[in-house]
Amino acid sequence: MIEAGTAGRLVRRGLGIIAVALAALAGVYLLALRYTPVERFQGVPQKIFYVHVPAAWCALLAFSLVGISSILYLWLRDPRLDVFAESAAEAGLVFSLVMLTTGPLWGKPVWGTWWTWDARLTLTLILFFIFLGYRALRSALSDPSERARFSAVVGILGMVLVPFVHLSVYLFRTLHPQPIVLKPSAPSLPWEMLRTLLASLGAYTLLLIGFITARYGLGRGAEAEGDPDAG
Amino acid sequence: MSDFVRVALAVCAKDIRVEHRSRTALISAIAFAALVLVIFNFARDPATASREALAPSVLWITFTFSGVIALNRSFALERENGALDGLLLAPVSRSAIYLGKYLANLAFVFTVEAATLPLFVLFFGVDLGGALGGIVLTAVLATAGFVAVGTIFAAVAVRTRFAELMLPLLVLPFLIPPLIGAVQITTRLLAGRPLSEIAGWFRILALYDLVFVTLCLLLFPSLMDE
Repeated sequence: MIEAGTAGRLVRRGLGIIAVALAALAGVYLLALRYTPVERFQGVPQKIFYVHVPAAWCALLAFSLVGISSILYLWLRDPRLDVFAESAAEAGLVFSLVMLTTGPLWGKPVWGTWWTWDARLTLTLILFFIFLGYRALRSALSDPSERARFSAVVGILGMVLVPFVHLSVYLFRTLHPQPIVLKPSAPSLPWEMLRTLLASLGAYTLLLIGFITARYGLGRGAEAEGDPDAG
Repeated sequence: MSDFVRVALAVCAKDIRVEHRSRTALISAIAFAALVLVIFNFARDPATASREALAPSVLWITFTFSGVIALNRSFALERENGALDGLLLAPVSRSAIYLGKYLANLAFVFTVEAATLPLFVLFFGVDLGGALGGIVLTAVLATAGFVAVGTIFAAVAVRTRFAELMLPLLVLPFLIPPLIGAVQITTRLLAGRPLSEIAGWFRILALYDLVFVTLCLLLFPSLMDE
């Protein structure tokens, strides 16, 4: 149990982080549109890269956090871990949506199609559905301990499913641009673009932290008030 | 025989006995599968899509969807009269209870699949020829994996307000890897392709089964403790 004051402080801190992240994001957009060169082959649509990649990164990060906190919950049985997993899942849902809307916006002018069943596209869509199922399950269960145990099991199974989906869809054949930053050889991105990407990654990660912190504070507050729908 | 296996077999035998005495669920599930086959036949334009080209997808969608429908019943049965509580009060390993439920569900889904396959051959004019053994092996490997996850999710979904909707929402993403593998294998088997082209898919299916059966055995006890 925590006091409502602590939960309130967590929410305020989260909102503070979100404000800073949004300001940083405005800077990133300025940097991306004004001070970063236009890519020679893709033209202006390539700018979506600075939104899409960080959103994807945050969605994957949030998803891993759900999986890890689910494992820890089943081990330690600390209700805070459950609230944390829920917060990360909701933030992940938001970032997956950003990733899934910016992807087709870029795909249409560059690939010539809004959607294709490429390996990474399919993977992120499935990720989105697992988050959605996780969220729906939570809202359909009323007993807090049962909800925590059940959603932890779903979170863990979902995390293990991801590599299988990736492997099986990859064997279909893939269209998606190959990794250009995290690869064994040096990044093949010009410095100006890499700088913008890294700045954007930083701003997005901060936004993710802000979302999770604020949502975690709300969850803890609801728990403190003994709200049956808490957590 | 170890206690673990004995308990699992007892739970499995109990479920099969319940099923055997009413047979309503089994017959309904087979009828459902047959109807899916019929609907698929009319969900294509005969002028543009040949039966042969669609056959593997039809087979696997029918198998997996009737599997999911069948799983709903697995824990709904235990919910009546608080039967699950009685089962959980027994001083036995909960993984063994899971294993028993899993084996009973497997038996149920395999029976539905065995009844559907001849109908599929009949309706879609497929010549199984030498592919029968391969298709049976594929069905065993693909079904073993998704029923393992489905059994756990059935236990979860039965506690929610809208179980019939919750179960597919949770299980369908988990059908993707087995479904892709099974369709790829079946397409190649029916086209008489060499075994080397499908060995990799068999390995993925087997790995999926191994990982998810183990994981579900480990996770089921924490699902159930109060």
